[in-house]
Amino acid sequence: MSLVLDILSIMAICAGAFFFFAGTVGLLRFPDALCRLHALTKADNLGLGLVVLGLLPRTGGLLASLKLLAIWALIQLAGATAAQLIARAARRKGPAP
Amino acid sequence: MSVLQALDLGLAALVLAVAVWTIFAREAFAAVVGYVAYGLLLSIVLVRLFALDVALTEAAIGSGVTGVLLIGAAARLREAEKAAADEQPSEPQRFWASVLCVLVTLALAGVVLSLPDPAPTLAPEAAQKLAGTGLGNPITAVLIAFRSFDTMLEKVVLVLAVVGVWSLAPDRYWGGAPGAPRAARPESTLAFLAQLLPPFGILIGIHIFWVGADEPGGAFQGGAILAAMWMITMMARLTEAPPVSSIWLRLALIAGPAVFLATGVAGVAMASGFFAYPARFVKPLILFIEAFMTLSIAVTLPMLVAGPPRRLPRR
Amino acid sequence: MTDFLLAAAGFILFTVAVGLIRILGGPSNADRMMAAQLLGTGGITSLLLVASATGVHGVEDVALGLALLAAFASVAFVNSAAPPEPDDPQ
Repeated sequence: MSLVLDILSIMAICAGAFFFFAGTVGLLRFPDALCRLHALTKADNLGLGLVVLGLLPRTGGLLASLKLLAIWALIQLAGATAAQLIARAARRKGPAP
Repeated sequence: MSVLQALDLGLAALVLAVAVWTIFAREAFAAVVGYVAYGLLLSIVLVRLFALDVALTEAAIGSGVTGVLLIGAAARLREAEKAAADEQPSEPQRFWASVLCVLVTLALAGVVLSLPDPAPTLAPEAAQKLAGTGLGNPITAVLIAFRSFDTMLEKVVLVLAVVGVWSLAPDRYWGGAPGAPRAARPESTLAFLAQLLPPFGILIGIHIFWVGADEPGGAFQGGAILAAMWMITMMARLTEAPPVSSIWLRLALIAGPAVFLATGVAGVAMASGFFAYPARFVKPLILFIEAFMTLSIAVTLPMLVAGPPRRLPRR
Repeated sequence: MTDFLLAAAGFILFTVAVGLIRILGGPSNADRMMAAQLLGTGGITSLLLVASATGVHGVEDVALGLALLAAFASVAFVNSAAPPEPDDPQ
């Protein structure tokens, strides 16, 4: 049973790392500020979410698991709001894409 | 080399790279973003050094509060950038300044590397006396029980800093409200965040203060998080910065050091001396003092960021 | 398992740090804010992985504080893009 959990953890964490990689590639290579923002939010949400999912079987107790999920929820909230605000700032600065 | 060592080396190299880039950044805004990134990386380094309380403080103060302070300063300085550019030091001055900095760095590195091993420290004795305080977190015990007088003086320094910031106001604005950093127009997204985040932030801030007795945390970290939540509501224009003449603001600012000092003086009558705690009530007393300290810090930090009064006082 | 977690933490941190190049280049301030946000999230992720690998107690609280302040820093950055308000006239 713990071997199955370990394998699931490894798969989830690898997927999360892949999304971070994709997010950085997007941040560096996409032509436009708003496109880059799109890549960033995917990395934020899915990257952290999958890693948290992979780490949940390894935590020691209910409170620690709840804290992990709370971290993910807070970053989702922060990422979504920051994306909106940054998009407005980007539109204010330059011509509309 | 193990994976952990490679990770540590990579982290150290990254911190140095970000620091160097922050120094050479062209614009003030870019430098502030670099500084916040540096603070974040530093808190990860501190976790690797097993200094979790310091890591929490660095995350809250370095990345959060100081970042906002610097950004506000950079925004205000943008107008004065032309005048600042005329005052740039000349090339030879900058060269000799950098030589001096490098020499100081080398001297510091030499001192750190040549420390006797094991370094002279009081940590084992503090750990032995820890059981007497009833606390589980040695940092909190050192701060509030073993060198409590120093900690109280630090809180007094914070109050003095606020007084100093307020004294920068022209006479006509005295008693008015500070012009806290805030959005130019009320924005729905910002208001949404400022309504959703603070309830959780307050909960987490109080949790970190309460848990600081036995786990990493404490009054300063909890107070800094509460301060950040108040600043978010001010930035989203959901509340206004209070005028500096308001009574509750002034009471909240001095509550921490005042309660601390009163407890210390009461120790003369009720325990064995100045700043001694009666043996049976050590832990509740420490938590009582820390609660007021958290309140003071939560009120002091936003006032420091808000700056001197810039609104005319209401009659 | 711990080696894998540490390697994942290092990979994520390194990847996100490469994104810092956007802070370096970044044709606009919005790009720099994005790179800082990515570094924040990547940093928290690496922190959680390292904590799970080394078994240090209480790191979740540090990550919670960092997550809470991630939004705060982004909000401050965006606000600074607008010109500061003038003081009250005499």
